[in-house]
Amino acid sequence: MSLMPYDEVLDAYEPALGLEVHVELNTASKMFCGCSTEFGAEPNTHTCPVCLGLPGSLPVLNGKAVESVIRIGLALNCSIAKWCRFARKNYFYPDMPKNFQTSQYDEPICFDGFLDVEVDGVTYRVDIERVHMEEDAGKLTHVGGATGRIQGADYSLLDYNRAGVPLMEIVTKPVLGTGAAAPRVARAYMTQLRELLRALGVSDVRMEQGSLRCDANVSLAPRGSDVLGTRTETKNVNSLRSVERALTYEMQRQGAVLASGDRVLQETRHWHEDAGTTSPGRSKEQAEDYRYFPEPDLVPIAPSREWVEELRATLPEPPEQRRRRLVTEWGFTELELRDVLGTGSLDLIAETVAAGAAPAAARKWWSGELARRANAAGVELDDVGITPGQVVELQGLIDAGTINDKLARQVIDGVLAGEGSPAAVVEARGLAVVSDDGALAEAVDAAIAANPDVADRIRDGKVQAAGALIGQVMKAMKGQADAARVRELILERLT
Amino acid sequence: MALTTTDVARLAALARIALSPDEAAKLAPQLDVILDAVAQVTEVAGDDVPPMSHALPLTNVFRADEVRPSLPAEAVLAAAPAVEDDRFRVPRILGEEQ
Repeated sequence: MSLMPYDEVLDAYEPALGLEVHVELNTASKMFCGCSTEFGAEPNTHTCPVCLGLPGSLPVLNGKAVESVIRIGLALNCSIAKWCRFARKNYFYPDMPKNFQTSQYDEPICFDGFLDVEVDGVTYRVDIERVHMEEDAGKLTHVGGATGRIQGADYSLLDYNRAGVPLMEIVTKPVLGTGAAAPRVARAYMTQLRELLRALGVSDVRMEQGSLRCDANVSLAPRGSDVLGTRTETKNVNSLRSVERALTYEMQRQGAVLASGDRVLQETRHWHEDAGTTSPGRSKEQAEDYRYFPEPDLVPIAPSREWVEELRATLPEPPEQRRRRLVTEWGFTELELRDVLGTGSLDLIAETVAAGAAPAAARKWWSGELARRANAAGVELDDVGITPGQVVELQGLIDAGTINDKLARQVIDGVLAGEGSPAAVVEARGLAVVSDDGALAEAVDAAIAANPDVADRIRDGKVQAAGALIGQVMKAMKGQADAARVRELILERLT
Repeated sequence: MALTTTDVARLAALARIALSPDEAAKLAPQLDVILDAVAQVTEVAGDDVPPMSHALPLTNVFRADEVRPSLPAEAVLAAAPAVEDDRFRVPRILGEEQ
């Protein structure tokens, strides 16, 4: 597959983004029945006649799910429908035992909203077309074949525990005018949407568990054209960083297709995390015919304006306002804020500060060392393997002089390797700074004896020459010494 | 409103019903009769009668978000034509991933 260099794509074309985000709500029970929504239960232990689509069963809507979706809509600045219905989306696929998905079609409960997202200090408005309610499908495992994918499989196995779990879909309008920043705007949208959903407390928003999923659409139009190009929809984008990577790849692939005089096919594409590429899936050249019709087994939803206002009063602080308030409280600079947003570490810093760390220390670890580790390991910062509580403990060990910054990095190695809490790692790996002056003094004396010329210069008043001796002592102590104390000991002897 | 045999063949395909061309040709006029009969409703209902999807004048029927016991997995799987690893086993899926 040939790719066009990214800069050349932007020279010739203007990208248009579209993001379809599915969010599993964290209700205790399913959308239309009382089965548990617990993740990871034994297969087919959370099913009943309703979610199995057995004849004669009747769905009843989960009121908490409706409440959650209205709150999400309000937080996204949407209008709330005065009256709306569910519809049946008819399709034959074994992930839905009913042969239809109960969804919303032309009457979404929330519509016409927006979310402002920030990238490198620039604010982009992402318009929201709709937020609607639906239900999740069962989980398929394909057996046989080399890849575990559907192609080449001999047969498939179904677990219906997830069938009927409350799901909502947030669909953006085409996002225009983002230029070269398009993939980063998409990532920032996902990051900031996740922060918002977390603040609302309506979902676990775990991308790797599938409770937050993103289909990323992108099309390219020649610069100056006011007609949108043909879009592709990339699925299987399971992390924030893959949203950015998949869109960058698709823009480069489409650029090469267009430059060679071909047309982009309207199709679903699959993202391959390891290869960093997309491959074609279902063609969407022909519109699907789902024969939607209003769901006769559920009555319409007509949220009263009083109820909507009651729910509005429960909304958390708007994300933009919260960001501004926190960075002011924490005393971060604009540049530091960009790093925090760019690394998606705002919530983690907030949790770490709440657990007792100084804001600057919390930022230093999450936006710096830990963000680098997560990036290198190809995981989300949330899943890097250390908790806010452990970061507080780590910083506490530094503040107490038990370890220094350099040793702290080794302690992080241990925590990420699953060796336990920072204190346990210090203990097990013997990483504490040597505070025993006897051992230190010996090392200092040895360094002085081995470098008489340096010692003489310090005696002559060239105190800055002590650096060379401090380095040697630290090396002798394998880094497990407090450099300031070493300096003291050297100067005590030579001045 | 005249249904063509092509319409019927398409509907049959969408509903996964196997119809021969002869059967489609035979069913088209019969389905037409049914659609015409239902269409009479639109002649009676004026603009003051909105279309409805439910027989009862109810809205906002909600259930509390409470977990209720599910069926035992054995009972659920007992009805399955094939089972493997406590999961429903289904034949190879043709076509593409949803």
